[in-house]
Amino acid sequence: MPDLAIIVPSVLNGLTTGALYALVALGLTLIYGVLHIINFAHGALLMVGLYAVFFLNVLFGIDPYVALLIVPPAMFALGYALQRGIITKASHGRDENILLVTLGLAIVIENLALFFFKSDTRIIDTPYAFDVVEVLGAFIPLPKVVGFLGALVTAALLWALMARTDLGKAIRALAKERKGAELVGINSEHVFAVSFGLGVACLGIASCLLLPSYYVSPQVGHGFVLIAFTIVVLGGMGSFVGALLGGLIIGVVEALGGLFLGESLGQIGIFLIFILVLIFRPTGLLGHRV
Amino acid sequence: MLEVSGLSKSFGGLRATNEVSMTVPAGKITSLIGPNGAGKTTLFALISGFLVPDAGSVAFQGETITGLSPQAIAERGMIRTFQIVQPFAGQSVRENIAVGAHLRIRGRREALAKADAVARQVGLGERLEDDAASLTVAGRKRLEVARALATDPKLILFDEVLAGLTPWEIQEVIPIIRAIRDGGVTILLIEHVMQAVMSLSEHTWVLNQGSLIAEGAPRDVVEDPQVIEAYLGSGMAERMKQEAAHA
Amino acid sequence: MRTLPALLVVFAVLALLPLVIQSDFWLNLAIMTLYAALLGQAWNILGGYGGQFSFGHAAFFGTGAYTVAVLQVEYAINPWIGLVAGGLLSMAVAAFIGFCTFRYGLRGSYFALVTLAFAEVLRILSNSVDVTGAGVGILIPLDPGVGSLQFEDKAGFFWLVWAFTFGAFATVWWIGNSRFGARLMAVRDNEAAARALGVDPFRVKMLAIMLSGFFSGLAGVFYAQYFLYLDPGIAYGPAISVESLLVPIIGGMGTLFGPLLGAAALHALSEFTRELLGDLPGASLVLYGSLLVVMVLFAPRGLAGLIAPLARRRPAAKRERRHA
Repeated sequence: MPDLAIIVPSVLNGLTTGALYALVALGLTLIYGVLHIINFAHGALLMVGLYAVFFLNVLFGIDPYVALLIVPPAMFALGYALQRGIITKASHGRDENILLVTLGLAIVIENLALFFFKSDTRIIDTPYAFDVVEVLGAFIPLPKVVGFLGALVTAALLWALMARTDLGKAIRALAKERKGAELVGINSEHVFAVSFGLGVACLGIASCLLLPSYYVSPQVGHGFVLIAFTIVVLGGMGSFVGALLGGLIIGVVEALGGLFLGESLGQIGIFLIFILVLIFRPTGLLGHRV
Repeated sequence: MLEVSGLSKSFGGLRATNEVSMTVPAGKITSLIGPNGAGKTTLFALISGFLVPDAGSVAFQGETITGLSPQAIAERGMIRTFQIVQPFAGQSVRENIAVGAHLRIRGRREALAKADAVARQVGLGERLEDDAASLTVAGRKRLEVARALATDPKLILFDEVLAGLTPWEIQEVIPIIRAIRDGGVTILLIEHVMQAVMSLSEHTWVLNQGSLIAEGAPRDVVEDPQVIEAYLGSGMAERMKQEAAHA
Repeated sequence: MRTLPALLVVFAVLALLPLVIQSDFWLNLAIMTLYAALLGQAWNILGGYGGQFSFGHAAFFGTGAYTVAVLQVEYAINPWIGLVAGGLLSMAVAAFIGFCTFRYGLRGSYFALVTLAFAEVLRILSNSVDVTGAGVGILIPLDPGVGSLQFEDKAGFFWLVWAFTFGAFATVWWIGNSRFGARLMAVRDNEAAARALGVDPFRVKMLAIMLSGFFSGLAGVFYAQYFLYLDPGIAYGPAISVESLLVPIIGGMGTLFGPLLGAAALHALSEFTRELLGDLPGASLVLYGSLLVVMVLFAPRGLAGLIAPLARRRPAAKRERRHA
């Protein structure tokens, strides 16, 4: 049994990674909660965000944290356009069609990236990449601490948006009862697209917070999206708190799994959770129904 | 035939069904009435296995069936229809009915033949090849009846098969329901159309806010002050009397 | 019943192809088309007839492929036995996934997600354990001969995949003309109504996913024996899952001949683009993905839906409109 001096940093590291997982999952769960579909292009869109941050940095020297002013709004616009221009049009009244279209989009986006950027893994240089912060006697890389705090702030803002604003009310009304919401004058197409845009904007924020301590490649979304799926299944589909909590749990499990079992089997721990939750509690820890 | 005792069900503190007990006699048409939201459809769902009761029991032909799945209950000979018709859209009328027929018949050919026969019985003989989704409301209601009938049931629970039909269409369907009873099938109706309740059923139960408040011959029941109270005041009672007079 | 003669004629004609086609290029194209039709028909059983959209059919395909390969390479077991084992093991994986999901009535998004995740889990597992050769992959030694399930010419492979595909199509014909099929489609179109008529959705969906997994596994077995090489990305990667669903979506879901139509169209198109663009990384998947989006947007009922809306139900629908 390794002593606390190893476990504490590992748990803290897991929490910081988990917060970013939670942010990705938050976008997924927001889209699911409102539109009742799983966005299979989520991973691919995260990859788009990461490349955007990467190229802004490499070509224009824009710091990833400054890119927070550019990338999330752009991602919001992309999500809005995708939903309004393609995804809605494909449904033909059946949710299955939406699933297929998001899958198709994911494949196109990922392979276009592969085509243009090859499968190389790229990283950026930042002056603070190797700075560390001391937390509870452990040294945590500064970008991870920023990522952790940023993810929490984003989650709080998103919660405030949903709970306190008219837009949030409209989104919640639409999620609950589409016909009723339309009757009281909510433009459902617009609000659906806004929700999708918000979900994708979460990915934009995640991209900016992630890249200083991470990398980008055409397949980078894969790992995240499966983890994000696990988180929403664990936390209960459509549950905000569930996504946040699930993200942190998964982050810690991955870190501890990696510590005790080794890197590649640490991932297996996540899937083990996934399958166990599926078998014993398919509605998730906090969800009520599927 | 059907013995319901002490059946209760709550949804988040709201009592949808409150200790309902009733005995449905074999070989008759009986009915369940009550104002909107009285819990009629919930009661049907509890009896037919779509919902699991919090308390109480359901016995069908002497066997306790509480907690069984809808399919297991259907297999024992009790079939329900839906208030909001549920056709298998995209499949033909014949194929729709054959799904019911397959409950007792393994062979495809025999099941399709049975479907044809049942379709003629309910007046859908001309529409066998049509897509079920292309049927009018009246056609879909007939399809619900046909699918249920094709399973060779002993008891059918009809959930508002007459709702949404014109008086003319109702006049056409009523004899079909009678003929089903005459064929030896017990029938329990949920109905809003009082004319139908009066002319079809021999015994009726009145449900209000999840509880049974009266039972008896339909004509007596509508005189019951409690029943009149439950419906929208005395105006409703007047209307029911008028309708009864027309029937 | 009416489609049976057509099915027999089509497959009788197909069986004769190797006697007519001399060029290896064209015979290979015919083989790959039949193989795609097999993959697509396997998916069609569950997706088209059962309405359960799997995004992870690679889980079954890869299991069949790895089973026959590993049994040969690691345990020196004859691939004919491996063939049977591969089909059955794929069926077992399908049964497991089906049990986990259908027991709770999970469907739609959730089912797609779970199947995708299972395929990913298997990909990562096969990437990290030794028995599958991990990331390096597994190479089946060349040993031409019927006994080793490696044929000396393409005609042998053609008849092998023909037999698998015929089996899948015959099964789907049976589904279209049996009680099981009637129940499966009833569950697809309206689960509550099906239950009210005595149909057990769990049993019906379990049988559908197991049949689907079995034929997908056979496609995997064929792939392994034909190309003699597997790695985690090939066996459990998304390309197979996408091809499996794309073929019936292009051809027409829930129809007997849809997957054949879709396979022919898909391979004609991808050969054409390969001629045009050459072999570029990701190009074929960009094509697949675009096709998927385009088909769902503009022809959700597939080619079969474009070709045959003229058929029997049309006049009836018109009559109805006049009535209404």
